[in-house]
Amino acid sequence: MTTTVTEPPGTTEELHEVLRGGVRTKRPSALSASLTHGWRAMLKIKHVPEQLLDVTLFPIMMTVMFTYIFGGALDGSVGAYLQFFIPGILVQTVVMITMYTGSGLNTDIQKGIFDRFRSLPAWRPSALVGSLLGDVVRYFGASTIIVLVGLVMGYRPEGGLLGVLIGFVLLLVFSFSLSWIWTTLGLLLRSEKSVTGVSMLVLFPLTFVSNIFVRPETMPEVLQAIVAVNPITLVVDAVRGAMGGTLTAGQVGWVLIASALLVAIFAPLSMRLYRTRK
Amino acid sequence: MYAIETKGLTKVFGQHRAVDGVDLAIPAGGVYSVLGPNGAGKTTTIRMLATLLPVDGGQATVLGHDVARESGKVRERISLTGQYASLDEDLTGVENLVLIARLLGHSRSSAQRRATQLLGAFGLSEAGGRQVKTYSGGMRRRIDIATSIVNTPDLLFLDEPTTGLDPRSRNQVWDIVRALVSAGTTVLLTTQYLEEADQLADRIAVIDKGKVIAEGTPTELKTSVGSGVLQVRLRDPERRGAAAQLLGAALGAHVQLDTDPAALSVQVEDNDVVPRALAELTYSGISIADFALGQPSLDEVFLSLTGNASQPAA
Ligand SMILES: Nc1ncnc2c1ncn2[C@@H]1O[C@H](COP(=O)(O)OP(=O)(O)OP(=O)(O)O)[C@@H](O)[C@H]1O
Ligand SMILES: [Mg+2]
Repeated sequence: MTTTVTEPPGTTEELHEVLRGGVRTKRPSALSASLTHGWRAMLKIKHVPEQLLDVTLFPIMMTVMFTYIFGGALDGSVGAYLQFFIPGILVQTVVMITMYTGSGLNTDIQKGIFDRFRSLPAWRPSALVGSLLGDVVRYFGASTIIVLVGLVMGYRPEGGLLGVLIGFVLLLVFSFSLSWIWTTLGLLLRSEKSVTGVSMLVLFPLTFVSNIFVRPETMPEVLQAIVAVNPITLVVDAVRGAMGGTLTAGQVGWVLIASALLVAIFAPLSMRLYRTRK
Repeated sequence: MYAIETKGLTKVFGQHRAVDGVDLAIPAGGVYSVLGPNGAGKTTTIRMLATLLPVDGGQATVLGHDVARESGKVRERISLTGQYASLDEDLTGVENLVLIARLLGHSRSSAQRRATQLLGAFGLSEAGGRQVKTYSGGMRRRIDIATSIVNTPDLLFLDEPTTGLDPRSRNQVWDIVRALVSAGTTVLLTTQYLEEADQLADRIAVIDKGKVIAEGTPTELKTSVGSGVLQVRLRDPERRGAAAQLLGAALGAHVQLDTDPAALSVQVEDNDVVPRALAELTYSGISIADFALGQPSLDEVFLSLTGNASQPAA
């Protein structure tokens, strides 16, 4: 009989030593715990860079494709359409990406590490808040890529760098808030597939029946009415305003109100589901 | 005071009573084992006690705190190693440990230090920089337990910690459990392996279909079944019939023929008569390959308690 010893476990003395060293610490603040979960999201990007495809290639594809498909037909020239379209496709793409939050969370929960998180004394929602914070970094990356692609194609934001950054902030605030819908779904539905399915069902009409691609004036009246109350329209207005240098306080206000409403409804719902799941 | 006390603990999934009125009184210190087949309700019980699952009926206190009303207090003092590795497989071993240490309130440097220490003690120093998904089953189990004791808990739940491990890895886990106990941690361990409960536990609760069907020390459980078992293997399988008759007469008990054609076993009431019975076999020219006289195994305890072999609940 042969015995091959690979990586012997530590000696018992070492074990005792380490157990003696495990003194209880003071629980971290809610902020610190959330940031730690955000750090985990960053580590995942580092180890699984493929997951950045959705925030790199997808935005490039969307921007180039839609600009050339719609550009000529809608505004006569691609150049003119770009000025109108880049803020719109920016919102469209980032809002689509928020969807991955729900399916990502759902996969995560099924892997069992959430049981560990939930058995820790740290502020329980920090796992959700933290992964959303990580997602905001992804949204920011995607936004930057879209604007860069736009610049290459000839887009010139009148609002300047500051305007673009304000546009980003408004979009990120809204996307963070919208993501709570997906965490709710991610916790509620059984499989990752069903989460993706339902998310698509919500997002497609929401982004297309809006002012992202075309000016609502060209639409039938019924549709115009829907477009006007669609929160995506409000966000697009504000982002267009910011990047075009014509932002009004009213536009900012609507985005913040829509965001606050989303958080007020879906954050508590998510946290409740998180506490009681399974 | 008890580390864990439950009264009528119940969990219902739809129509199914997964945990059906469980009463437990688990003393502080040592290992308490919950033993049961697949679907008995072990995981569900542990998840309720670890505040991961709301209780549907009855009550439970863990380290003096009610799991429903004082769940935060409970979580401060317990730790859980779930049945399936609760790790982030994409992260490295070190990162997993640092992550949990930070969530427990360690500073960055102290988290790093603690991670290095734990990896050393668990024989994982070299693997620490690799993603957990590249670990073997045994390494995964060890890092999972290491993650549970970043802060040495007063009470540790281990849900089937050795299922699927080879004997060497299993022994490593057992050593860790023993070290934890000597450091003063109470361990609640679930298992399907009777030998494991026998080896580690001070007391055992046997559960089946959500109910506790027996409770006591390993020895108490065995003596409650009554007697030991004599197992004999013959050199010549042809003589088994004759041997069975002789032993049956000498021991006054029913002889069971095993699946091994040369083996038979007898429930023995009184161990003193065994040598004479064996001698009689030899006098009659039936030669014995080997024999063993033991206390009934916990398998046999289980059999006699449930009336059927430990099979998964339908
Ligand atoms: N979330 C759930 N929804 C519905 N039924 C469940 C759920 N969790 C467990 N059950 C059922 O409850 C019963 C007890 O399950 P539990 O996981 O506690 O058993 P166990 O003793 O841990 O089994 P095993 O040894 O297989 O891990 C099983 O019949 C199982 O199907
Ligand atoms: Mg189980």
